Amino acid sequence: MDDSKIRSDSVNVEHIMQQIRARIRETRGVDYTEQQIRDVAAAAFERFLDPKGAREGLFEAFRQGRVPPSENYAFEDTTLFDSHRAPLRWIRRLLRPILKLFFNPNPLIQALHRQSGINERNAESARVTYELLYNLVLETTRLTVELQTLKMRVESAAARLDFAERRSRVAESRAPHRAQETQPAPQGHPRGRHARMPPAQPVQPVQPAQPAQLAQGQAGPEVPADSVARPQTPRDGDQAGGAGEARRRKRRRRGRRGGAGRSAGEVVTDGAEGGADGAGDTAPADAGDGPARPGDRRDEPAARGVGAEMPPPGDGETP
Amino acid sequence: MKLAIVVQRYGTAIAGGAELHARHVTEHLSKYADVEVLTTCARDYVTWKNELPRGPDSVNGIPVRRFPVRRPRNVERFGRWSTKVFRETHSLADELAWLDAEGPASPALVDHVRTNRTAYDFFLFWSFRYYQAYHGARAVADRALLVPTAEREPAIGLSLFVPLLSGVRGLVYLTPEERDLVHAASANEGVPSIVAGSGSDVPSRVEPERFRQKFGIQGPFAIYVGRIDQNKGCDELFTFYARYAASGQGPLQLVLCGNSILPIPDDPRVRHLGFVSDQDKFDGVAASDVLVMPSYYESLSIVALEAWAVGTPVLANAKCDVLKGQCLRSNAGLFYENADEFVEALSWFTRRPDEAKALGANGRAYFRRHYAWPVVEKRWVDLLDRLAREPRAAGGPLAAPLPGWRERRRPSLPPAERVLERLPRAPSPRS
Repeated sequence: MDDSKIRSDSVNVEHIMQQIRARIRETRGVDYTEQQIRDVAAAAFERFLDPKGAREGLFEAFRQGRVPPSENYAFEDTTLFDSHRAPLRWIRRLLRPILKLFFNPNPLIQALHRQSGINERNAESARVTYELLYNLVLETTRLTVELQTLKMRVESAAARLDFAERRSRVAESRAPHRAQETQPAPQGHPRGRHARMPPAQPVQPVQPAQPAQLAQGQAGPEVPADSVARPQTPRDGDQAGGAGEARRRKRRRRGRRGGAGRSAGEVVTDGAEGGADGAGDTAPADAGDGPARPGDRRDEPAARGVGAEMPPPGDGETP
Repeated sequence: MKLAIVVQRYGTAIAGGAELHARHVTEHLSKYADVEVLTTCARDYVTWKNELPRGPDSVNGIPVRRFPVRRPRNVERFGRWSTKVFRETHSLADELAWLDAEGPASPALVDHVRTNRTAYDFFLFWSFRYYQAYHGARAVADRALLVPTAEREPAIGLSLFVPLLSGVRGLVYLTPEERDLVHAASANEGVPSIVAGSGSDVPSRVEPERFRQKFGIQGPFAIYVGRIDQNKGCDELFTFYARYAASGQGPLQLVLCGNSILPIPDDPRVRHLGFVSDQDKFDGVAASDVLVMPSYYESLSIVALEAWAVGTPVLANAKCDVLKGQCLRSNAGLFYENADEFVEALSWFTRRPDEAKALGANGRAYFRRHYAWPVVEKRWVDLLDRLAREPRAAGGPLAAPLPGWRERRRPSLPPAERVLERLPRAPSPRS
């Protein structure tokens, strides 16, 4: 036969089958063939049939796909007197009345006959049990595979939902700022958020909170737990502008990326930093905002996940 | 050239796959050689009961000589021997007893072959697994050609057939998958062979609308043609189709043509038409969107070839290497391994009607190129000419006498099912 394959330019069976399988994978997750599921089920079956827990020989019998052969026998009323030799059979039949003078074999025959029937039913029951057990393991395996697929899909959907939520929060928080930016700023004031700030007040030195007071929760403003998500209110220190403001923004950013190093209600005093920040700049800390030190490299992104790529909601940095 | 066609049954009313193939080939080869059919008086392949008159006969102008079967098949005895040789370690004597129990045991036919060996240039034996093929080929090994019609079934794993498959003068396979299976089972790569396939007498004109009107079928539908039987995978087809219908992925109805052994699902979208004429069959296949072939075992699916001949694509069971291989080589059919693939593939035919038509066009071209009768005839004639020119080798594994009484009874042969499991399973990459 000619070995050439006929190929139409527009269709290719193998390609179509790949597309079909890909479509199935999209809708159903992992694409296991029936044989693969059976193989997995067989493995599960072997685990289930731990030879330590099963009686000797049963494990091998189940592995071979059948129950142990029952050694049954047929027992009729003629069995005791039967023989493949016809003359012997005839003599036994002839002497049977004499035998019955010594004992009555009928109850024995009946008992063995009934036992034979019981053996047969037991064997059938064992076969059915095996089938049932095998089918249950197969179905459990199939469900396990499906469960794993669904778990993966739920995780994937949750990650996507989380990402979408974060993005929407950022978008919501940015929307009013953008609206404000589009309004014309009053003359003599810079554009943007700072344009709405009250006139600058002289810097008042503030004593840092005492540790004891902090411990009792008596000092410093109480910061709500969701403060992280809120836009930051302008503070006096903002007017310092220049290097001080840039540093503060940087510090906020560090704190947010740094994770939950502190509780939301913790109060941090920046007095130790000095400089243009001004001593005693008491501010509700963003979560995890710690005292920055010269040479501290914590401003580098700590994580490269989905969240790490996104600016945190309420970030004070406006365009 | 004079040819003897030796086949288990022969007649126009006999619809078995191998027998039908034998009749078609005989009628087409009669244009090139004198042919005579040597067969049995049996009509039923289960009982091999002598139903047809013994002696000379004629079928469609071909001379036929019928021989009686010694005794009808005893199904229980055959079942016992099948269990023995397929599932247990056994001896060569057991395999010979199995072959005798399978039948059709016609020593008269084998005697005729033996005594008239020089009256024919070649004896063409059909179906390796039957009595007349094994004993007949042994009688005339140097003139024997075998059409094995081998499927992936336990009989191919019997040791008995290794000398048969590797000792005949030539082999004619139906598909590349069959050839690969036989090669793996008997290591007979050295025997001259061809993959001839089989043609089909496709009507020159098909009338899809006539079929729709006659049976009152509206809308798109998939069609199944053949015996509706568990052995043909129809129970699985019904299960998978129920999933397709429940999925709501497509509007295809399922039309079934053929006698049913299984109960037909109680679903308004499933239509059972019963046995239909050839013209209705071709019209129905042409009217359908896709022909479904759920069978696990096929040595050559004539129905699939006929569907391609009228430009209808095929959806086949991928677990049948032959069908999958045909789909891949023709580029004219899809295949499924499980219910998901069945549902998705069946819905593909209605989602992508243009591509489905392209598959059908590929099928038509494939049939014309490989399975039109002139093409098939030429392969046969070329092989016969080649073998006629080559000298006949004396001896060979088939001509060797059977082992002695004691050796034949040594239980050293593995169960055939175990042998079959070891044989490779894949559609042939070559065609």
